[in-house]
Amino acid sequence: MLSSARRWRPVAALVSLVTVIPLSVILAALASPDGAVWAHLQHYLLPELLRNTFWLVLGVGSGVLLIGVPLAWLAALYEFPGRRFFNWALMLPLAMPAYVMAFSQLGLFDFTGPLQSWLRATTGDSSWVPSIRSTGGVVLVMTLAFYPYVYLLARNAFASMGRRALEVGQSFGLSRAQGFWHVALPMARPWIIGGMTLALMETLADFGTVAIFNYDTFTSAIYKAWFSLFSLSSAKQLASLLVLMVFVLVWLEQRARGRRAYTQTGRAAPLPRLRLAGWQRWSATLWAGLVLLLAFVLPFGQLLWWAWQVGAEDFNADLFGYALRSVLLSLMAAAAVALVALALAYAQRRDPHAATRFLARLATLGYAVPGTVLAVGVFVPVAWLDNLLIGWLDGALGSGVTSILKGTLLVMLLAYVSRFLAVGHSAIDTAMGRITRSQEEAARNLGYSGWRLLRHVHLPLLKGGLFTAVLMVFVDVMKEMPITLMTRPYDWDTLAVRVFSFTTEGQWEHAALPAVAIVLAGLLPVIVLSRQKDHA
Amino acid sequence: MSALLEFDSVSQAYGTTTVVEAMSFALQKGEIACLVGSSGCGKTTVLRCIAGFEPVTGGEIRLDGTVISRRDYLCPAHERHIGMVFQDYALFPHLTVAGNVAFGLRALGRDTCTVRVQEMLEVVGLAGLAKSYQHELSGGQQQRVALARALAPRPRLLLMDEPFSNLDVDLRERLSREVRDILKHEGTTAILVTHDQNEAFAMADQVGVMQGGRLLQWDTPYRLYHEPATRYVADFIGQGVFLPGRVSGPQCISMEIGEFCGMLPLGFEVGDRVDVLLRPDDVQHDDASPMTATVESKVFRGAEFHYTLVLPSGQRVLAQVPSHHNHPVGEPIGIRLELDHLIAFKHQ
Amino acid sequence: MKKQLMFAAVLAAFAGSAMAEEIVVYSARAEQLVKPLIDAYKKETGVDVKLVSDKEGPLMERMRAEGSNSPADILLTVDAGNLWQASKMGLFKPIKSKVLDANVPAHLRDPKNEWFGLSIRARTIFYNTQKVKPAQLSSYEDLADPKWKGKLCLRTSKKVYNQSLVAMMLSEQGPAKTEKIVRGWVDNLATDVFPDDTKMLEAIGAGQCDVGIANTYYYGRLMEKSPNLPIGIFWANQKGKGTHVNVSGAGVAKYARNEQGAVKFIEWLSSDKAQNLFADVNMEFPVNPKVKPDPKVAAWGNFKHNLINVSNAGAKQAEAVMLMDRVGYK
Repeated sequence: MLSSARRWRPVAALVSLVTVIPLSVILAALASPDGAVWAHLQHYLLPELLRNTFWLVLGVGSGVLLIGVPLAWLAALYEFPGRRFFNWALMLPLAMPAYVMAFSQLGLFDFTGPLQSWLRATTGDSSWVPSIRSTGGVVLVMTLAFYPYVYLLARNAFASMGRRALEVGQSFGLSRAQGFWHVALPMARPWIIGGMTLALMETLADFGTVAIFNYDTFTSAIYKAWFSLFSLSSAKQLASLLVLMVFVLVWLEQRARGRRAYTQTGRAAPLPRLRLAGWQRWSATLWAGLVLLLAFVLPFGQLLWWAWQVGAEDFNADLFGYALRSVLLSLMAAAAVALVALALAYAQRRDPHAATRFLARLATLGYAVPGTVLAVGVFVPVAWLDNLLIGWLDGALGSGVTSILKGTLLVMLLAYVSRFLAVGHSAIDTAMGRITRSQEEAARNLGYSGWRLLRHVHLPLLKGGLFTAVLMVFVDVMKEMPITLMTRPYDWDTLAVRVFSFTTEGQWEHAALPAVAIVLAGLLPVIVLSRQKDHA
Repeated sequence: MSALLEFDSVSQAYGTTTVVEAMSFALQKGEIACLVGSSGCGKTTVLRCIAGFEPVTGGEIRLDGTVISRRDYLCPAHERHIGMVFQDYALFPHLTVAGNVAFGLRALGRDTCTVRVQEMLEVVGLAGLAKSYQHELSGGQQQRVALARALAPRPRLLLMDEPFSNLDVDLRERLSREVRDILKHEGTTAILVTHDQNEAFAMADQVGVMQGGRLLQWDTPYRLYHEPATRYVADFIGQGVFLPGRVSGPQCISMEIGEFCGMLPLGFEVGDRVDVLLRPDDVQHDDASPMTATVESKVFRGAEFHYTLVLPSGQRVLAQVPSHHNHPVGEPIGIRLELDHLIAFKHQ
Repeated sequence: MKKQLMFAAVLAAFAGSAMAEEIVVYSARAEQLVKPLIDAYKKETGVDVKLVSDKEGPLMERMRAEGSNSPADILLTVDAGNLWQASKMGLFKPIKSKVLDANVPAHLRDPKNEWFGLSIRARTIFYNTQKVKPAQLSSYEDLADPKWKGKLCLRTSKKVYNQSLVAMMLSEQGPAKTEKIVRGWVDNLATDVFPDDTKMLEAIGAGQCDVGIANTYYYGRLMEKSPNLPIGIFWANQKGKGTHVNVSGAGVAKYARNEQGAVKFIEWLSSDKAQNLFADVNMEFPVNPKVKPDPKVAAWGNFKHNLINVSNAGAKQAEAVMLMDRVGYK
């Protein structure tokens, strides 16, 4: 049995290569730092980068908790006006790319935006309004963009055990509030931290939002070192610092998740919701409404307004082409990620060795690497392989051949797998954890093995997890930009590429229309996602 | 008649830890066997070796005369045609009751399959619940589904791992009788693992007692109770006390309560100090007997009392007495020994 | 060999090849500004032009990784700094073309003829017409004067346009003087620097600041959308060496498959017909002196170009970036 289990380790190793190779490309040559540039960066930028990253991680980390956890608690346990609507609507910001949210919020709340313009028109002064282009502004926007991860995971955790936790607490003489702090919160901690980690990985990898706010973080510094100072080695040094931080983050999360098995409770019959009384009812509604307003209604409204202004110009058949390509690409990428994540989770299942677990951890690191950096990391080895193949095959293909793998869908999908494996893997792995060893053994006893075992036992039982993985990756790929830019075939434009094209020229009104299309395409999966119970 | 399942000096070890050591036994076709032992004795591992989930590191396991496991060879679990009922039932939540039962019947045609599923559900008394899902069933019902699922493909051998441990006492007793009837009705050969000897006695034709990875005795329940091979088996199975004595003749032992001569050769030298096993039913209450013991405590069991009696030397014996003989604690009562089998072990 | 052929047959399904007639353009110039030209060229000549758009950094990194198997025939990008960098990375091959020599003035192309400017963008001073009189304005250097304290708006130093402007100043005035000027700018800032020129111009229009530096075409676009904004254009340094001009331009890729086609396309881009299209679509100035700018652009008036070869910007770009980091210009 051991030998057959070990056969799965190469699968995990193979999957991890998808991330390990690009990462190695980026981190290679660490030993040869570019002295002058590195000294400059270290002196003038690094202190600020560390300070900014610290505040960003601290701010967004606590922000998503402060917004996500209370909302999850309300939505999971209480009845208040509009609860059924908010239950899924609070997930909507997930459909909006963070960089779109950023330029939309900036459009609304900056000096030239409608709010401050109105203030100046009526009161003559808006200088007392705090600037949105500040640390607080970035933190706020990213918090609003990423809190749904915490909300989603915490809500499902609370829904499955929150009420029971309260009852246990009450049996020990704890009030509801005490029960929340002393029982429910510690029980749900692994899920809450899992959601926060997703949010923080996105934060660390983000380039678009911090670029719009001109807030220097490691991603923007990597970009500057590489493409403005033309010092690839300094860029790599910064990147390795970033990856180091991600390792720490993942390690912390792992520690918190280690106890997850104990907190998993059976599927008890759903308990009736608690009713909030009096002012509490409406303040719950007000709080949820305020978050939704800031995180989705206002920025989406701004986008719609801009799109409307340029609608006649830009709204044409091309837009449907972009949308179609975006959707197709996202579907394929989602399927590819789900497939690879399934193979990885299954390998971990067959071969539950620390080595396999480590490989899985490596394979899912791509999520926290800035897209542009990862895109280059994927492209360089592919181009190298192409050159090698073309050289080897020489005349056999004809002299006009310039690419074999480059610019194919295959490479594009590989790059997406590298970037989003973490998202798919966490959903599938959790579902895998619910399949007991004896269920597998029962099936083997009844004559099932190999592929048929996977097909008849694992796949049906993983359906929920797979579906969740596909939805989450779909939404993520719809929003993704740098990898699409780098690896897409000729003239293969997607909505995100259109947004990029216009935002680089500061033409936000024109970028709004494809951005609206991205949001609309993401709406349905996000709503379905919020109703899925079987989440990570 | 050759044995269906044969264990020939089977060993199993993880690294340097030996879990099962040189175990041998044979199980005839149609028999129900039961492995008992305290937790950690290796009984579940034996079951998993038979199922093919664990490799053996020594000896061989034969099914119907064919080797299915030996060192460096393992016939895959899915090719063994051995059914198993798991402690947690391991039902598939995505399938209905009927779907679960049909799971192992893929080789059958659709119609045959439906007939067999229906038949099995009737056998386990769940004909009305074919369309239900796991979460809609009680513990006992889930257990029956697991049994029906395992039996449906007519396995050559059925394994049951603590099948009743998740059920309450009443249900456990009823189901164990029912399951025995079902197995006998289907003519299924089965091995179950339990730590509950009453369950073993209720179900099994043969019982194996394990300790520390060794099979101490493989026998009928009757012989296991009355003729235990080792002191551990004597202690583990049923109630009883060991009363010190001395071998007084080729087949006789003298004890505080008199000399007794048994039917079996004892294998001891005259003069050896021994401990004699006394079961509660070996000690009879007899007012006419000159030998008396004082009642120390008693437990009412409806039809009978279980008395703990103290002999003049301070040794304790147990007695099972019809319940109309109600004696208060502290009263001396007459006792008499009725020994069919004289079981003695070296004095400790 | 047999194995190779079999492998080749399998790969042929994937393999992309550069057809003899078609031209592959790697472009860092926004796609909506390039597409109309490609369409027009195809209409006129029937030649298919394939486009790959990305940011300039990743695009050059991509070409470098592809090496001799790069499908690119042309690299088209904005800013002389980028063109210089591409040239330094060895991505271009020198071109001899009488047409280009005639159409593109010497200071707007690479001295080694590796790349050619195709449109001119001026980076100059803009002001709020309600708060500032043109007479108060003179030069980029003047914006460092304390009289503009709390009144200046700038775009982020991460944009290559500002890097090129500072690089130009570096090559003209040396590091000490340049650093003093840029430090003066930073001291005069009215608010944090902006992510793009449009936002900055809007801030001038809204009165958040009085003056700022931007590319002319952003001004053109903004005024077209909101003609009533109180923003004026001022040609900087007319008494000195002239207003900072930069180019967007193109060169033939070192490993171009279709060199001839690539040269023809670039020549066409510099021709009378295409120049209007190229420049007008983005309200830039044509490089070809025979071509008149768009009337809307012409209305901003004539101005003196800084005639130093624009490739100087590239050579000093990294130095400029470090300088701006030093003085805290983000």
